[in-house]
Amino acid sequence: MNTVIIPVSRRGFLKGLVSAGAFVLGARVLPLEALAAAQASTAPWEPSVYLALEPDGRVLIIAHRSEMGTGIRTVLPTIVADELDADWDRVEIVQALGDKKYGSQNTDGSCSIRDFYVAMREAGATARLMLERAAAAQWNVPASECRVQLHTVGHQASGRSAEFGALVTAASALPMPAKEELRFKQPSEYRYIGKNVPIIDLEDLCNGRGTFGMDAVVPGMVYATIERPPVLGATLKSHQDAAALKVAGVEQTVVLETTGYPVGMKMLGGVAVIARDTWSAIRGRQALKVEWDLGPHASYDTAAFKKTLIATARQPGRVARSGGDVDAALASATRRHEATYYTPPLSHAPMEPPVAVASVKDGKAEVWAPTQNPQAVQSVVAAALGITETDVICHVTLLGGGFGRKSFPDYCAEAAVLSQKIGKPVKVVWTREDDIRHDFYHGECAMHMQGGLDAQGKPVAWLQRSVFPPIGSIFNVEEQYGGGQLNMGWTDVPFAISNFRAENGPSEAHVRIGWLRAVANVHHAFGVQSFIDELAHLAGRDPIEYWLETLGASRKLDAELKAQGYELRGLSGQPQFVPDTARLRRVVELVRDRSGWATRKTAPGHGWGFAAHRSFFSYIATVVEVRVDDDGTVHIPRVDMAVDCGLIINPDRVIAQFEGAATFGAGVAMVSALSAQGGRIREGNFHNYQVPRIHQAPLRTHVHIVETTEPPAGVGEPGVPPVAPAICNAIFAATGKRVRELPVGKVT
Amino acid sequence: MQLTLTVNGTARTFDGDPAMPLLWYLRDGLALTGAKFGCGTGVCGACTVHIDGSPARACTTPMKSAAGKTVVTIEGLDAAHPVKQAWQEINVPQCGYCQTGQIMSAAALLASTPKPDDEDIDAALRGNICRCGTYQRIRDAVKKAAGVTA
Repeated sequence: MNTVIIPVSRRGFLKGLVSAGAFVLGARVLPLEALAAAQASTAPWEPSVYLALEPDGRVLIIAHRSEMGTGIRTVLPTIVADELDADWDRVEIVQALGDKKYGSQNTDGSCSIRDFYVAMREAGATARLMLERAAAAQWNVPASECRVQLHTVGHQASGRSAEFGALVTAASALPMPAKEELRFKQPSEYRYIGKNVPIIDLEDLCNGRGTFGMDAVVPGMVYATIERPPVLGATLKSHQDAAALKVAGVEQTVVLETTGYPVGMKMLGGVAVIARDTWSAIRGRQALKVEWDLGPHASYDTAAFKKTLIATARQPGRVARSGGDVDAALASATRRHEATYYTPPLSHAPMEPPVAVASVKDGKAEVWAPTQNPQAVQSVVAAALGITETDVICHVTLLGGGFGRKSFPDYCAEAAVLSQKIGKPVKVVWTREDDIRHDFYHGECAMHMQGGLDAQGKPVAWLQRSVFPPIGSIFNVEEQYGGGQLNMGWTDVPFAISNFRAENGPSEAHVRIGWLRAVANVHHAFGVQSFIDELAHLAGRDPIEYWLETLGASRKLDAELKAQGYELRGLSGQPQFVPDTARLRRVVELVRDRSGWATRKTAPGHGWGFAAHRSFFSYIATVVEVRVDDDGTVHIPRVDMAVDCGLIINPDRVIAQFEGAATFGAGVAMVSALSAQGGRIREGNFHNYQVPRIHQAPLRTHVHIVETTEPPAGVGEPGVPPVAPAICNAIFAATGKRVRELPVGKVT
Repeated sequence: MQLTLTVNGTARTFDGDPAMPLLWYLRDGLALTGAKFGCGTGVCGACTVHIDGSPARACTTPMKSAAGKTVVTIEGLDAAHPVKQAWQEINVPQCGYCQTGQIMSAAALLASTPKPDDEDIDAALRGNICRCGTYQRIRDAVKKAAGVTA
């Protein structure tokens, strides 16, 4: 990552947020190849982070990423504050509006620290150096003798010191230092990095003062709920709103055009009921009568579709990666084994359903929303209104969970279009039923695996086929193949098996497909990590020993993946991010040793399971202990997770993400599933779309962190994929029953 | 029909739809947004408040049932309450959306069961969903607030 730091005018950037005397710094993240061109050109500069120092001593740091529970709007600013050596108590964090000037704000893909760590450090180090130089000039001493310590510049020899605020004016007039001049703190000097700085919202959240999208209020706003097409692509045939309009508090109904294909991130359309408060809008909608032409996706039935996917998975598909001669090796193997796995569709179900407030007037829109992607809000709202993106102001509230759902701004477009049509600010509230029935779903997946073992039980052939409706289908209705989702735990399987082939079969999509926490890694890890466990048991071997032997010698995988037809590109191909089996081995050994795997007790109904998976450039190994009651109820008393996610800024928030991932993964394994009939999602609320509750979650999750100086990698998502297979492998150890279909529910 | 109730110590008069859930009166009517909307059917616990000292789901409590009652929301629970303090000491919240409901359920539990064990905690909090999966810290914070060891 290369960054350029240039002082920017306050005008247009931090307007209204900082005082006229403030010293404003910005950093810009540029790809390597663009660096030289940017430096040479006079093109407008588009910074990605901002740091402002006020004459009164306050330091303002802009959080340009969305806060949905990872702690990111605290943790990224601590990096700036640390390099600057600012006093955290005098730092104020300002949530950024959606603006391309910040670079990507799409808080998705577990990349916030990875992509912005260097930029944040450089911003802090630049400001620190300029403050030191400003003080040196005032005191007529060498800058090299001036040092910042906790919001103050000091000169030891003369005993002089000055607070940041007193130096702001002088510092802002200095030329920017070259990057080569910057001095970065040594790890021993870190004040906040590696420490557990509490999230800035902690006290507010515990006292009901956090402002989520659901809490946003704009003067004069009305409330809307929307009856949306019950089947993807359904169109409005007729509607009667007489009864709805009689409900006290209901003001009017508005028809929103239904979406054409491809659905993309657009709003779905439907019939909106506008009322003076939320309850009246909900009641009015219950009184609506709406008829739909359901269209072709009314054929969608998850029971039948599952059979189709499994049948496809049993047929040859497109080859995504191939090494050796799998067919010959399977034919000559001493033992052969095959298994077919299935995972159901899932909904994100963040505790805060989608919601947005919009005010549109004079051709400009202002939106308040819990969004992971404010720039997508700008583009989707602009397209829906027929205005330009820069005429859409997006305020990002706190998010009551996101998990990928809130990077699709369809709900923001609804509020904006309604506001445009009725001339008032509008708040669109999704009910839980709206959320579960109109999600961008994690699609179901069928996987078929075949393995061949030699006389010693070593795997010599491995064939895997995956079939699932792809995310690409929302942007291109013809798309039936997995695309980039195949590189999530499928083409990048790290095992050293000389004959290996990964395939992908085609699938139609009958609902909107989106990305859910860890995306395709979730089902791919379930298939791969279950099948290697099956082979270990077939060979009569300890699952972890067998896993490590199959992993093979420590090596980086780029060359062999390329030779087998999968070339790592972009960030994935950079040396520090290439899959490294030594790092994978280290977490496997760590979780084995810390969990007490070698001395685990075995008893009827009691079992331990293992799985490991690399995703989002992080390496995670998991051991799960289960207890299965006589009636088949599964308890999870203990989970151990060993984590190598590179350099860690805030250990407590990292541990929290992995604790949460253990629970999220337990939900995937045990309880969560959607079904569809007649094209409609049948579940609608938490009584029938289940997510884990306190008594179903792992009782205790131990997170073991590898201390490393590798670059920061993903944290929010990579904990999820190994959990479900580790649970299911533990269930096999406890009961002898192999789980090949999720969710488990009860073991029968 | 006019009805009266007490919310966080203040007497209130309501003359709207008696079927309106208390949640929407608190949120849209009184701008007390600490109780959250999560399900609308009483199955997620995000809207939990205390009615006459007992935990209740505001989203399924019609205003007519709240008549004459004393309602306490997260805003009305003392900031120094041991549950609120323990939640902060253990860094329980991730996104935080469900946590106000979790805290209200936990505070009600400790009022009736000062020294809860794991089963008591499961029974009192199984109605409160946390999608971020903070249950382990919720359990620890309840015990910390109760002064029992984990």
